[in-house]
Amino acid sequence: MTAHAPPAVSIRGVHKWFGAFHALRGVDLDVAKGEKIVIAGPSGSGKSTLIRCINRLERHEQGRIVVDGVELDDDVKRVEAIRRDVGMVFQQFNLFPHLTVLENCMLAPVWARKLPKTRAEEIARRYLERVRIPEQADKYPAQLSGGQQQRVAIARALCMAPKVMLFDEPTSALDPEMVKEVLDTMAELARDGMTMIVVTHEMGFARQVADRVVFMDEGQVVEVAPPEDFFSNPRHQRTRLFLAQILR
Amino acid sequence: MRAAAPSGPLPPPVARRLGALGWARAHLFSGWASGLATLGVIAGVAWLAPDVLRYLVFDAVWRAPDGAACRAPGAGACWAFIAEKTPFFVYGSYPADQRWRVDLTIAIGAALVFRSLWRGAPRKGLAALLLLVVYPPVAFALLYGAPVAGLPVVPTSLWGGVFVSLLVAAVGIVFSLPLGVLLALGRRSRLPVVRMLSVGFIEFVRGVPLISVLFMANVMLPLFVPEAWSPDRLLRPLVGVALFASAYMAEVVRAGLQALPRGQGEAAQALGLSWWSAQRHVVLPQALTLVIPGIVNTFIGLFKDTTLVAAVGALDFLRAVDVARQDPAWSGPTIALTGYVFAGLFYFVACFAMSRYSLAVERDLSRARAR
Repeated sequence: MTAHAPPAVSIRGVHKWFGAFHALRGVDLDVAKGEKIVIAGPSGSGKSTLIRCINRLERHEQGRIVVDGVELDDDVKRVEAIRRDVGMVFQQFNLFPHLTVLENCMLAPVWARKLPKTRAEEIARRYLERVRIPEQADKYPAQLSGGQQQRVAIARALCMAPKVMLFDEPTSALDPEMVKEVLDTMAELARDGMTMIVVTHEMGFARQVADRVVFMDEGQVVEVAPPEDFFSNPRHQRTRLFLAQILR
Repeated sequence: MRAAAPSGPLPPPVARRLGALGWARAHLFSGWASGLATLGVIAGVAWLAPDVLRYLVFDAVWRAPDGAACRAPGAGACWAFIAEKTPFFVYGSYPADQRWRVDLTIAIGAALVFRSLWRGAPRKGLAALLLLVVYPPVAFALLYGAPVAGLPVVPTSLWGGVFVSLLVAAVGIVFSLPLGVLLALGRRSRLPVVRMLSVGFIEFVRGVPLISVLFMANVMLPLFVPEAWSPDRLLRPLVGVALFASAYMAEVVRAGLQALPRGQGEAAQALGLSWWSAQRHVVLPQALTLVIPGIVNTFIGLFKDTTLVAAVGALDFLRAVDVARQDPAWSGPTIALTGYVFAGLFYFVACFAMSRYSLAVERDLSRARAR
């Protein structure tokens, strides 16, 4: 790990409340450039909330979040600039159903990056090629399988040339036979050196791809460890309980 | 009849083509209640149709120099009255030698509307742009007059008839949709002042009848602006109708915005699109498509509500019919009735056409999605 380079994402003492519910209770986490982080934990532990704070889909109420040297605050322009550099893949894909696959991929480069259309199309086709669905470019999302839709969503995020990619349970809404194609795409992306923060229950993926696994429970980071230590030698009782439940 | 047990064998498939007899059996006489209703309706039609036909067609007066023939005992509908008064119905008191200007305006407008509504036509956007940006000033110059271009001014007090109805409806439709979208977005805004203003306007306008909005526009608008620019008597109801319709439109659009899954807006945000870009490219195209029936419904209501502008002195089509029937040469009970039947037909045809068009658009869109 490169200790001297500034981190891609730095989270310090972050708190978040939903009404009376204390969702994040003082979270600290640094993610180095090129690092792959898998965040695991029981549902309701604040994993999704945490990564949604990184591109400010949720607003944190205390603490600091710095992305690529820029601190997130209420400045809309700054938040939009950070979002352009942080790609996100959602559990429910959230493709735009009224646009074709190609148009989905071109929308943000054209309207947020102000690239000329021809250039945006070139980029979109390149990334569709990379997630192995170039032939679906002119279809609408509803005509694709779940796995294909999620790969389009990954391509759509990549078209913005993000510095960090956030994955919010990207395989949880998929039929089992489609999980692998999405995980393979993500593993490939990891090999190419992308900085990735992945919330997932796919522990095989964590073992294979992650540099560090972060275990969260009740809005706190309980344990951070490289996957080999995390799975074979968890230090905390709560981690052990969780692993016992999901690794049967 | 027994209800089939859920686990029982499937009933045999119903043949798709049964012929006319089979169709009637399946749709008109599927049970004793449905059969009775069918017979009742047939009896009702058989009882009414001869009288209606006799009045509207066989006993009708088709050609007459004045109302005398229509006042004869036993005379039916007085279509001669409609034929005689058609120019007045269409143009009001617009000077006869200038009426080509109205014709030309309507023709250009109709061509542009047709071009931008024609489903599947190429470059619909260009036609829509011409219609919304270039057409209004051209139409104004043609109708009101532009002495520079050799078109004498025709004051709005002479305007009337179908063309005023169309004008009020067109202005209402053109302004209510964008205003309604802005109000709906404002109502969901996170900025408290914007939200309060939007909610206040929408709730106030929806809480009063159109007729009182029109009276207010008529009486209050002149109070707010210097006397020299006191708005024209026709402009006031135009503003009133547009504002009224936009409040209703706002609520229709809001329904569409709320029906959209939250993930759509979030995905647009996560890509770094600005709020306006996200609304324009992701949220509104989907939200507006969802509520096309509601939008067209508002347009239809608006079109019929144009008849209320008569209350503040504008001579719309219905008022023109009403004025024409008071012509002493054409007074008589069947004449007035014919006039109103004709007006009813006119409004029905216009609204029915809008409704069919919206159904066709919905079918197109659902087909595009299901591909």
